[in-house]
Amino acid sequence: MKLLIRNGTAIDPHAGSERRADIAVAQGRIVAVGQAPEGFRADHTLDATGLHVCPGLVDLCARVAGSAGEARAAAAGGVTSAVCPPDTDPPLDEPGLVERLIVSARGFDGPQLHPLGALTQGLAGERLSEMAELRAAGCVGFGQGDAPLRDHRVLQRALQYAATFDLGVWLRPQDRALAAGGVAHDGEVASRLGLPGIPVSAETVAIASILILARETGARVHLCRLSSAEGVALVRAARRDGLAISCDVAAAHVHLTEMDIGYFDARCNLVPPLRAQRDRDALRAGLADGTIDAICSDHIALAADAKEMPFGEAVPGASAVELLLSLVVKWAREAALTLPAALAAVTARPAAAARLAAGSLQPGAPADLCVFDADAWWRVDDAALQSGGKSTPFQGVELPARVRHTLVGGRLVHSAR
Amino acid sequence: MTGNPQLTADGRLRHLLSIEGLPAEILVQILDTARSFVSVTEREVKKVPLLRGRSIFNLFFEPSTRTRTTFEIAAKRLSADVINLNIATSSQTKGETLLDTVANLTAMNADMFVVRHAESGAPHLIARHVGPHIHVVNAGDGRHAHPTQALLDMYTIRHYKGGFDQLRVAIVGDVLHSRVARSEIHALTTLGVPEVRVIGPRTLIPAQVERLGVRVYHDMAQGLRDVDVVMMLRLQNERMDGALLPSAQEYFNHYGLTAAKLALARPDAIVMHPGPMNRGIEIESSVADGAQSVILPQVTFGIAVRMAVMSILAGNQG
Repeated sequence: MKLLIRNGTAIDPHAGSERRADIAVAQGRIVAVGQAPEGFRADHTLDATGLHVCPGLVDLCARVAGSAGEARAAAAGGVTSAVCPPDTDPPLDEPGLVERLIVSARGFDGPQLHPLGALTQGLAGERLSEMAELRAAGCVGFGQGDAPLRDHRVLQRALQYAATFDLGVWLRPQDRALAAGGVAHDGEVASRLGLPGIPVSAETVAIASILILARETGARVHLCRLSSAEGVALVRAARRDGLAISCDVAAAHVHLTEMDIGYFDARCNLVPPLRAQRDRDALRAGLADGTIDAICSDHIALAADAKEMPFGEAVPGASAVELLLSLVVKWAREAALTLPAALAAVTARPAAAARLAAGSLQPGAPADLCVFDADAWWRVDDAALQSGGKSTPFQGVELPARVRHTLVGGRLVHSAR
Repeated sequence: MTGNPQLTADGRLRHLLSIEGLPAEILVQILDTARSFVSVTEREVKKVPLLRGRSIFNLFFEPSTRTRTTFEIAAKRLSADVINLNIATSSQTKGETLLDTVANLTAMNADMFVVRHAESGAPHLIARHVGPHIHVVNAGDGRHAHPTQALLDMYTIRHYKGGFDQLRVAIVGDVLHSRVARSEIHALTTLGVPEVRVIGPRTLIPAQVERLGVRVYHDMAQGLRDVDVVMMLRLQNERMDGALLPSAQEYFNHYGLTAAKLALARPDAIVMHPGPMNRGIEIESSVADGAQSVILPQVTFGIAVRMAVMSILAGNQG
């Protein structure tokens, strides 16, 4: 099967380029950008006039495993590689579970699935899981989701063991005791609304511990979902010192702050909490200077009644995978970044952090592609989301950029009507 | 979610969920209306027919005797039908049931819900889900707000001090966990009190509380100097458990109101407390029962203020 995507503007974040070019695809791989090879005869063509073509998005946190509907939602968001956290039910601590998820995803019209294995058995935070076996089954890294580890001793040993096999360890930095009972950033809004606070120190104390142990053990660590200016500063300093560490931020945190909670808007109950304006600014600066590698959706499809509760009792999280591209383009416009520079945070950079062969338009790369209209504005309508999760703090917001087509391995998995 | 959820499109009071965001005129309207009801409560026949035929449901998801009773008395003096529901949260699967309960009671033609709930924001949630003819009164939600308590405190201050614009007011104690303190702060600043102070140990003062327009003091002697009004807060016993305070005794030594400390305030300063008091922990008995204490009049005014709130809400349809 040969495909020619014609007349689009090709964005290669890896090369930092943006130019008018046709893209030739054969056997599921990109064979040329620009001039198609001699004798290339397309079986199909896709007209991309007025549209952009970029590598499919690499989402470092999307809970879409095991669901055809969520896979379709991810495809509608232009996502072609989805890293799934291990906090599924049951947790991903057995190779059989992992294999089954990956195989089932191949039958869906959706992204390639890259599960994270459970760092500890049952995510209980005590005994190590069979990490080497889990990697053989397809796990790209190991984490705890939001489940805590019993103590620093377990963390130290998990890092030592993972380092033995050069496995990446993905940790969301949060000190359990400092965060206990909290539901919102411990700042002005929580004080005003009387919501129990989660201090910034819940994040920074955890980051500091992880950095010390990562240095000691030589483990490859990825920090998930930074939320604070101080957290960004710690990572920046560690990277400057040469520590091999990567990190991401959720798209919501690039745009929203504690102020968006307004009068107890439970859709803004997120983990980690939305913090202050200065934190949001620091997250953006961290993305711009490369301290933060990636923007992820942190997508979760919650039940319809999950937010129909008082703020503190509502289930945290949001439906986000279909908004990811738009939120990145919106950030690019606000921060005056070029599209290739901004899109690197959802393509080349997360692919590098997760060591995935994705996020590039180089000939030979898998034809995982996102074709989008950068100038199409749309209003977020939760009822119209493909995902079964309808709760989003961006409900009613006008966003730029719509995905028109998504290809995974050269196969069209999504086309907008 | 834009706009103030407790006001109608033309700016009248639809629900009373919080003091925050209410204009001074509405607060003054409530205080003025309450004044007319104080005389009712002193009459032989303590009833007016303003809410005859209306059904008021007291929805108490958190136990409370005092507040529920004052709301009940206030509603009965307005001739409303009062239905008390004490709903222990422990027996519920939480939020779902909260809205189910509300839907069921709405079907019973309720006109007003008086809500107390352990979660901050629960009355806001209920207000978002009730029909346009139903009013919600927050009778205390989590750490967030207790607007009728703050209003009766404002009534008391105005009664004894004549106004607000020359006052120094100190709020003392566990501000972090106090819905009363938050509502008092908003009421005092909205009504034009030029200096509002909060006094307490660092463990009991919320982050960035100065953004609410208050000055923070950790030394009670400094904080009480020259104030006109001292508003004490209740200290829950469980605060000793979570490493917030070492002991009730040490708390009393530093933040308990004694005659000696009160002497630092202005000689005509009044002492208030929302009750129930922990004598010997946040306040010395001699002060609680002393000449400067207005704690019992607060309770009396509380009924008139709640009558005022309910009658104003019932009059603001649509």
